[in-house]
Amino acid sequence: MTKSSIIRSAALGALLAAGAVAGPASAQDTIYFSNNAYRTGPFSGSGIPIGDGMRDYITMINERDGGVNGVKIIYEECETGYDTKKSIECYEQVKSKTIVYSPWSTGATLAAIPRAHVDKLPILSMAYGLSASADGTNFPWVFIPPLTYWDGASVMVKHMAAELGGLDKLKGKKLGLIHLDAPFGKEPIPVLESLAKKYGFELKLYPVAAADMQNQGSLWLSIRRDRPDFLYNQGWGAMNPTAVKEAIKNNFPIGKLVGVWWAGGDDDARAGGAEAKGYKSLNFNAAGQNFPVIQDILKHVVEKGKSTTPKEKVGENLYNRGVYNSMLVVEAIRTAQKLTGKKVITPEDMRRGLENLNVDEARLKEIGMAGFASPVKVSCTDHSGHHKAYVAEWDGTKWTQKGDWIEPMKDEVRPLIEANAKDYVEKAGNWPKRTESCEKSS
Amino acid sequence: MSDVAAQPAPNLLAKGWVKSGLIVAALVVAAIVGARLDPSGTIHAIFVDPFNQMAQAPDLLVQTIWEGLVSGVLYALIALGFVLIFKASGVFNFAQGIMVVFAALTLVGLYEKGVPAFIAVILTLGVMFVLAATIERVVLRPLVNQPDIILFMATFGITYFLIGFGESVFGGNPKQMITEQLFLPKGAIDLKMLGGIVSLQKIDIAAAIIASLMIAVLGLFFQYTRIGRALRAVADSHKAALSVGISLNQIWVIVWFTAGIVALITGIMWGARSDVSFALEIVALKALPVLILGGFTSIPGAIVGGLIIGIGEKLGEFYWGPLIGGGIESWLAYFIALGFLLFRPQGLFGDKIIERI
Repeated sequence: MTKSSIIRSAALGALLAAGAVAGPASAQDTIYFSNNAYRTGPFSGSGIPIGDGMRDYITMINERDGGVNGVKIIYEECETGYDTKKSIECYEQVKSKTIVYSPWSTGATLAAIPRAHVDKLPILSMAYGLSASADGTNFPWVFIPPLTYWDGASVMVKHMAAELGGLDKLKGKKLGLIHLDAPFGKEPIPVLESLAKKYGFELKLYPVAAADMQNQGSLWLSIRRDRPDFLYNQGWGAMNPTAVKEAIKNNFPIGKLVGVWWAGGDDDARAGGAEAKGYKSLNFNAAGQNFPVIQDILKHVVEKGKSTTPKEKVGENLYNRGVYNSMLVVEAIRTAQKLTGKKVITPEDMRRGLENLNVDEARLKEIGMAGFASPVKVSCTDHSGHHKAYVAEWDGTKWTQKGDWIEPMKDEVRPLIEANAKDYVEKAGNWPKRTESCEKSS
Repeated sequence: MSDVAAQPAPNLLAKGWVKSGLIVAALVVAAIVGARLDPSGTIHAIFVDPFNQMAQAPDLLVQTIWEGLVSGVLYALIALGFVLIFKASGVFNFAQGIMVVFAALTLVGLYEKGVPAFIAVILTLGVMFVLAATIERVVLRPLVNQPDIILFMATFGITYFLIGFGESVFGGNPKQMITEQLFLPKGAIDLKMLGGIVSLQKIDIAAAIIASLMIAVLGLFFQYTRIGRALRAVADSHKAALSVGISLNQIWVIVWFTAGIVALITGIMWGARSDVSFALEIVALKALPVLILGGFTSIPGAIVGGLIIGIGEKLGEFYWGPLIGGGIESWLAYFIALGFLLFRPQGLFGDKIIERI
């Protein structure tokens, strides 16, 4: 044996020994969480701020608090490029490791729902995915807090009524729905149809094929012809900045164009330039840096060079939404730890944690999110909570809150959700019956 | 087949225009009869109502045709990128879409780095030239005389390389096109006509003019210059062109560079309508029906095809789309192309393939 090879093998031995010591210790005290990210592809403009917000909050919890009750969270991303096929590959890769599946697209959620009920892996689809999955009795493994697309559509109708001066003023008005011609875009149609019938307004649909996201000329001609009083934009990716630009081009009053929360990216509004001032979007989180939680992220993560996001982008609307999503994950872990008395939890425990999630005003204040979001509570039967949203307005440089938080029309939405869930389960054939028991408290 | 052709009567019908004329006439008669029989039914809604709408609001009709015209010119521009490369190397260049993204991102990226707008344009052209030369040297030259399908697959490779390379250089964040810095006009001209207002976006007018100029220059260049003749020789046969001393390598660099210029202009125009991100790649797909219609080998075909598809799909979407819930534009383009192909299988201006046995 030569000298160098002795050194080499000694070093190797030391490494192995270190691994043997460090390995089990770290495995004991960590929780693995994989997030589907899309930092590439046509939708990366929205995917990057969301992914950054999610990662930075988890990093902040690890850095500031040393994890959740002393258990560090290992955060990893699986890149999907917003492609449902790749999201399924991600699902298969992480299903045996992650405590919760975070699909980050409605298509990916739809594909994962049947699998997750077999694999017993909870899905957290925050305000996206299948609205009917808010029915916890039929979808014990899927969670869709703080509200569903159907709730969002009902908030839009309430906003419209508020602008017009009452629900009775809706009669004879025209609401246009611009939507991506995909499962995500079509989600709000049933509830809008039902509300249109009830309140006597007319619903006009303007589908946009994914291939024509940047090519909306004829759609806006139709809008010019039909003259809708309000437009609701269930759009995503490059479709949103194009819609804002087209609205301006076609002299559609920009204040009457309201996007779903996913059409509220800073880049979406910025595309319209100065004339985009007044563009609106539904929202369930606040934008900006003036919250203790965001200040902590700046202090513990961004300023230490542990983030990939530039400092000035921290606090943008979609970034903060990523933060909100990670907050739900962390709070659910905490709840699960409390329920089970365990430190390192399993996906089954996580499901219980999500089902008993209850972040009230006091808790929001504790975690530095007072005024950042409205309280969120999930229960055994109600996996969404149908919480409040507000209308955000673009002031030319940033998103601001306009008006109060609006309660969705739960009494309209909930029966539709239960009927739709029943329908889904029947069509699926031998859908597994819920065997998981409810906690006594919920 | 031969004894059918020998009979005199079907000979007349075999002429494309007679056939199409008869079919159109039959459709018109059926429509009029149907609409008379049932004034509120489907046939009325398909064959009469849209034309009533056109007559009632002619300003909207003009606006629709204008929108179609602008999109048509822009489609023609994308299609041109494909045609140039197909003519020179017999390859359907799958990478054209990503070249659009790459060119636009380079331009905006350079500007963000502090390079003045027009110098950024020149530098971007330089980058596109380097790209063309690299593709020729690294990808095409080693594949000379390979079957077309191999070259086609190689353009897939180029696409994925450019996606990855572009993302690692520019990141995935969407950027704004620097329209004002390039002195592209903003705002609209509102024309009062036909009892309404037709609004022409200045940027659309500029797009139509620039694209038309571009197409005209390219058309003249390839028709009347030495390089143009060489290109057409290469298009006919690689081997024959080589045997008379035409440098295949040089032609390929020129053609890919030209496609790069077209990509940059396409990127600026479409980027101005939306934002500059990898989503622009999808726009290139709009060229497919145009190519099917116009033929893969014809520059006039790309232009006329683009205009027919542009105007056709806008009119279709606007007047007939609501009948079936809208959003028909994306497949209507293929439908129009197929309709034409029934009568001209080689495309509008495509080379007639005569195979002698």
